[in-house]
Amino acid sequence: MKLLYFAWLREKIGVSEEDVTLPANLLSVADLVGWLKGRGPGYEAAFAQANLVRCAIDQEFGRAESSIAGAKEIAFFPPVTGG
Amino acid sequence: MPRIIVQHEDFDAGAELARLNAGDVGGIGSFIGVVRGEGKITALHLEHYPAMTERALMKIADEAMARWPLHDCTIIHRVGTLHPGDNIVFVAAASAHRDAALRATAFLIDWLKTSAPFWKREDFVSGTSAWVVAREADEAVAAAWTK
Repeated sequence: MKLLYFAWLREKIGVSEEDVTLPANLLSVADLVGWLKGRGPGYEAAFAQANLVRCAIDQEFGRAESSIAGAKEIAFFPPVTGG
Repeated sequence: MPRIIVQHEDFDAGAELARLNAGDVGGIGSFIGVVRGEGKITALHLEHYPAMTERALMKIADEAMARWPLHDCTIIHRVGTLHPGDNIVFVAAASAHRDAALRATAFLIDWLKTSAPFWKREDFVSGTSAWVVAREADEAVAAAWTK
């Protein structure tokens, strides 16, 4: 699965994208976040405040409880600030 | 068919408005967002999610077309490095009557603020830099359109 990070999540994690093979027991975005937080201090810092993190699953906005089954690309980012 | 553009370059608002003046249009509403310096910001960097941005903007435009009897609408958003006074975003809606054109224009910019994957980082006169924090007020304004 391809993971993308934007804005300060990208800066804290240190990469803009990566390909990962996930354990089969990860079902939701929240499960994925929990797994990512165990990958190092950068991830821990990026996901420390779950209320400040938004996601998109295959380019559609998702939520913590959204299923990640079959997803090809998941992006994590702060609340958007365009316009 | 909504016109959706994400680009580094500036846009020509006059040309965009002229393009919407087609067929039996009775009015065109528009909004231009401009970089606000407030005497402390030297530059604004706009990052986005290229694979998703145009799709998200098209969803916002399609929603406007479904809610109001529009002839057409346009969303143009700039990315990259901008400076105080620069244009950031252009939205416009053309309809037979002003009510639909003006309401749809407000909807387009309100929803864009909370539903399109753009992020701003500001450079300050002091030499520091910070990501812009999303405003809860923007969420509330966008949510009001769902009632």
